[in-house]
Amino acid sequence: MSAYRDKDPLIHGIQSKIRVVPNFPKPGIMFQDITTLLLDPKAFKDTVDLFVERYKGKNISVVAGIEARGFIFGPPIALEIGAKFVPLRKPKKLPGKVISEEYVLEYGKDCLEMHVGAVEPGERALVVDDLIATGGTLCAAMQLLERVGAEVVECACVIELPDLKGRERLNGKPLYVLVESR
Amino acid sequence: MASQDEQDPRISKISSAIRVIPNFPKPGIMFQDITTLLLDTKAFRDTIDLFVERYGGKDISVVAGIEARGFIFGPPIALAIGAKFVPMRKPNKLPGEVISEEYSLEYGTDIMEMHVGAVQAGERALIIDDLIATGGTLCAAIKLLERVGVHVVECACVIELPELKGRERLGDKPLFVLVSST
Repeated sequence: MSAYRDKDPLIHGIQSKIRVVPNFPKPGIMFQDITTLLLDPKAFKDTVDLFVERYKGKNISVVAGIEARGFIFGPPIALEIGAKFVPLRKPKKLPGKVISEEYVLEYGKDCLEMHVGAVEPGERALVVDDLIATGGTLCAAMQLLERVGAEVVECACVIELPDLKGRERLNGKPLYVLVESR
Repeated sequence: MASQDEQDPRISKISSAIRVIPNFPKPGIMFQDITTLLLDTKAFRDTIDLFVERYGGKDISVVAGIEARGFIFGPPIALAIGAKFVPMRKPNKLPGEVISEEYSLEYGTDIMEMHVGAVQAGERALIIDDLIATGGTLCAAIKLLERVGVHVVECACVIELPELKGRERLGDKPLFVLVSST
């Protein structure tokens, strides 16, 4: 599901602040740069508010954010809805005991880690990232949370690249985005 | 002002929510882990509030956060005080035109980058990170902002390791921390 209808003017404002940088990080990729959104305090606040409106009062106790741009959007949402913030990180960044989930990249593999004990069984969780492309990272994030018995209520991203079919890869888990970019 | 008065009940709760992990990332280092603070919704809220109380209404238009843990604390502060958030990143992460500042590590050097055009000359800025150790990273961030004509009002961290003398390395730049860890 994407935000639309009566949220249109806000969405349009947010979308207009996202900068597309061609050929980054490699030739052929049109990179969706959210840093320009962060330079506009109103648009950044609107972005957070749209997620907060959707998730407040839904008994969500965990907001998991994917390193590193999920760290920008996740904490403000967590603070507003009264949830804890759980960083999901690349390998060897989190100190202490972690659980790991490997996932497939276009070429090769990567790994996402979460602290043991950060999340209790039965907790209701959101996963937040700036963007969903193929859905690989979000899938790994959901796996980590489900492995410890949390319920992933929804994945939330600012931007979706629908041509990459990430939504299908989420295996029926709901996805909420503000902006679609084709 | 170096840090908040010990009598403030918010500070002691924040301090006790921080977990120390011995021998991470290498033997001999007592790692100050703020992820446990993020799991304590009240303590995380209080952490942000303490910074917002200090910086709100001071005409600060830029909050620069250092990758990656500065991305967790910076945006909620920026949103609350109506400033833009500017991520300061490791090399090759920011798309488009950047300026770079090299800085020394214990062994070797590293590079910090900021987007060209993110900030304007004359703007007043805060720099946020979770912790100040030797002050090398914060110094690099100060340089990046000053190179484009920004006035760095203060550096703000949750934790200071005073034995590493980071405060002196900042020279004339003020430092504000919540917790001093010896």
